[in-house]
Amino acid sequence: MFDRLRFLFQLARAHSIARRYFITNGFDGALTILGLNMGFYVSGGVDVAVAISACLGAAIALTVSGFASAYVSEAAEREQELRELEQALVRDLEDTAHGRAARLVPLLIGTVNGFSPFLMALVIITPLWLSQAGIALPMAPLEVSIVVAFISLFLLGAFIGRVSGRFWLWSGLRTLLIAALTAGIILVVGG
Amino acid sequence: MSLIKRIVLDVLKPHQPNALDFASAIADQKSGSRVKVTVTEMDEKTETTVVVIESDDIPYHEIVDTITALGASVHSIDEVEVSNPSSEV
Repeated sequence: MFDRLRFLFQLARAHSIARRYFITNGFDGALTILGLNMGFYVSGGVDVAVAISACLGAAIALTVSGFASAYVSEAAEREQELRELEQALVRDLEDTAHGRAARLVPLLIGTVNGFSPFLMALVIITPLWLSQAGIALPMAPLEVSIVVAFISLFLLGAFIGRVSGRFWLWSGLRTLLIAALTAGIILVVGG
Repeated sequence: MSLIKRIVLDVLKPHQPNALDFASAIADQKSGSRVKVTVTEMDEKTETTVVVIESDDIPYHEIVDTITALGASVHSIDEVEVSNPSSEV
């Protein structure tokens, strides 16, 4: 089954699109949760349970939004490409690998786009959960969560660097700078 | 009953799957077969190919089904070689 999915992904040339969506929406997710945590931090801190609920709510909204937007746009694009290919080949392609790819690939890309911010959010929220579970952290839970958000964004940048063939450290530092800029603006505006 | 030993097909296919994957998918239909795909013309979305298949006994209908399932279509049979097993030396 995975071979079949891989074949359809190759056929639709969907690897790079899925990767792009993963990076774009993963970045969105990490930055949103960082923003939320920074907001809680500058407001003097909130109860950990409240912070978890707010972050989870944002993560779920990003997941649904990511899935729906990617699915709708990809389905429309694939449908148009299939019709153009049908015109060029002068035949119906619904029952072919191309037809299956046009139906399946938007679902897979939607899933990638939806779950990438959710995954990033889960990683960033983890210190809050650990604190709630009674596990001692080296700093306040919100601060640890903010540090994890910075690390996640740096790693995402490093991944972008690897994909693009650039030096991973510079690419990671660039996304880290964006995260620091975001945190700085929130500190200034909210402080 | 005669067996198809060699067949040359004129096939119009989309760019994807590429010639290698396309030839492999056809070859997978019969172990011990040899498949050669030559792209003779390339358009924006399609390519015209000449597919040469050689085997002891080519399963023609399965081959056509595979080609069709990959979004391509057989335009013509340009060459064919069949043999009757009982007449073979």
